[in-house]
Amino acid sequence: MLIIATAFGAVDIRVNEMWNSIRHFVSGQQPSNIYEAVFLQIRLPRVLLCAVTGAILSASGVLMQGLFRNPIVEPGLIGTSAGAAFGASVIFVLAAGIPSALKTLMGPLLVPLFAFAGGLLATWLVYSLAKNAGRISIMSLLLIGIAVNAIGLSGTGFMSYIARDPQARSITFWNLGTFSGANWMQVGIISLVAGIIFIISIRYSKQLNALLLGEDEAGYLGVDTNKLKRRIMFLNTTMVSVATAFVGVISFMGLIVPHVLRLLIGSDNKKLLPASMILGAILLTLADMGARLLLAPAEIPIGIITSLVGAPIFILLLKKFNVLQQKGGGDA
Amino acid sequence: MCCNKKEVGMLKISNLHYQVGKKEILKDISAEFAAGKFHMILGPNGSGKSTLLKLFSGSIDLKHGEVFYDEEKLSAISTVRMAQRRAVMSQQPELSFPLSVKEVVLMGRYPHFDFSPTKKDLDIFMAVIEKMQLQAFIDRDYLTLSGGEKQRVQFARVLAQIWEPAEPGCRYLFLDEPLTSLDVNFQQEFLQVAKSLATAQTVLIAIVHDINLAAQYADELFFLKEGKLVASGEPQAILNSDLIEHVFSVRTQIVLHPVTQKPVVLF
Repeated sequence: MLIIATAFGAVDIRVNEMWNSIRHFVSGQQPSNIYEAVFLQIRLPRVLLCAVTGAILSASGVLMQGLFRNPIVEPGLIGTSAGAAFGASVIFVLAAGIPSALKTLMGPLLVPLFAFAGGLLATWLVYSLAKNAGRISIMSLLLIGIAVNAIGLSGTGFMSYIARDPQARSITFWNLGTFSGANWMQVGIISLVAGIIFIISIRYSKQLNALLLGEDEAGYLGVDTNKLKRRIMFLNTTMVSVATAFVGVISFMGLIVPHVLRLLIGSDNKKLLPASMILGAILLTLADMGARLLLAPAEIPIGIITSLVGAPIFILLLKKFNVLQQKGGGDA
Repeated sequence: MCCNKKEVGMLKISNLHYQVGKKEILKDISAEFAAGKFHMILGPNGSGKSTLLKLFSGSIDLKHGEVFYDEEKLSAISTVRMAQRRAVMSQQPELSFPLSVKEVVLMGRYPHFDFSPTKKDLDIFMAVIEKMQLQAFIDRDYLTLSGGEKQRVQFARVLAQIWEPAEPGCRYLFLDEPLTSLDVNFQQEFLQVAKSLATAQTVLIAIVHDINLAAQYADELFFLKEGKLVASGEPQAILNSDLIEHVFSVRTQIVLHPVTQKPVVLF
């Protein structure tokens, strides 16, 4: 819990900075007593949601890269996010048909649950289709990731097509990512999930390190690799799905942050996991600030910004690891 | 001095049989590997050497036959307890991420500590670093090392894992073709370090390709051909050109080394 507190602490500084920038931006048009309310009910939950999401996506990148033993894997590329978005869009559109008693009972959890189902299905699909004779080549992983992503996107597209108007707009936002609908309920759920999963996954950091040597070696060091893989996959899908359910698909965060940190502090998961969460929180908060301020008062979907920055880094990584020239080196 | 009630520890394999689909990879193999001796397994590619090692080290589940560590059934030993007494060095473990030499070597202590290495783990770490003369490399990125240096780091990691036997009992060290990427001088150095470990408390088994290195360093040789154990025993006793022709399908001459008096195979 202490480490998580520091993670938020690092962001708290940013919150103050943002607070001032928002103050100047908003105060020109709004009376200051409303602006108090804006801060409390819109800005603050938004920034917190954003920070926790950044932490989650970055941690997820670390976990998945450890699992697949490859630095160019992240939830947006191997279908998890798209699957979760599809799951979320299904329940969003069908929500009209659900009895309202059930809806109020399950309300806040319904969308994350469906997102989880979609995310898990997509990740499992990519993982099992890319596996060939017990090995996963990064090439097949990426190609199947593209295919499953396309299925997820078209599914979400179909849902938005059959949806009635106000719903449809939300779905479009899902594919690009947005924090504009942030509220305290979401912040609460997502922080809880992030906190629990961080504590669990930091306990697996030793085993994930061992996995870097290869599955046989990890086994010789006493790691039950199959159990580890299943658990990491489950933890990872859970947190990515919850994040996706609330804010949509935000690509490349899980790629950029661990990549930068691996260069700075190495790949020991015990350090990399918390550091990624902190840096992820900071970077996504900054990106969201950009999303709000660049075209103010209009707002750019944040997924556009992260993809714009992340995609070149992705290409750089592909070049560096010679994936484009060879059959692909990694296996899992 | 070693191994529950018995004076010498031992790895015992009885009636190991392994097949994938219809292809029999190992056929009814029984053997005993006593502590204190350097055992080497030889055989042509595809003869089942690595599979055999994976089976008795617990990496592949046994289907037929049984393996005993100091009289204890392999299947009855938990993964973690196993990792505390048995280490395996494989052919060239590759890392896909930058890690410091220190982090890689400390992985050998993972089965022994919970979250952070204890003082004892760090002492052992320093001891293996000294043993493998890696003092200058501790903070280097593993990925920037040469093949031979990587091999030394991996060996240090494996040594750290079983630096001392975990409980009253033996430690087990298995080496799967440890020499492949090493220069001649490193091969000799490596085998000397390995041989110095073959004490009363250590069961030492290596898969090697070079018959002459094997004849020079091994106390006992095991020849595999098409999944069968065709010969085993001391080099002087079993090495002859008929055996080598039978196993490797090549005619050879065998002479005695003028200094060591060990057999040398001339191709």
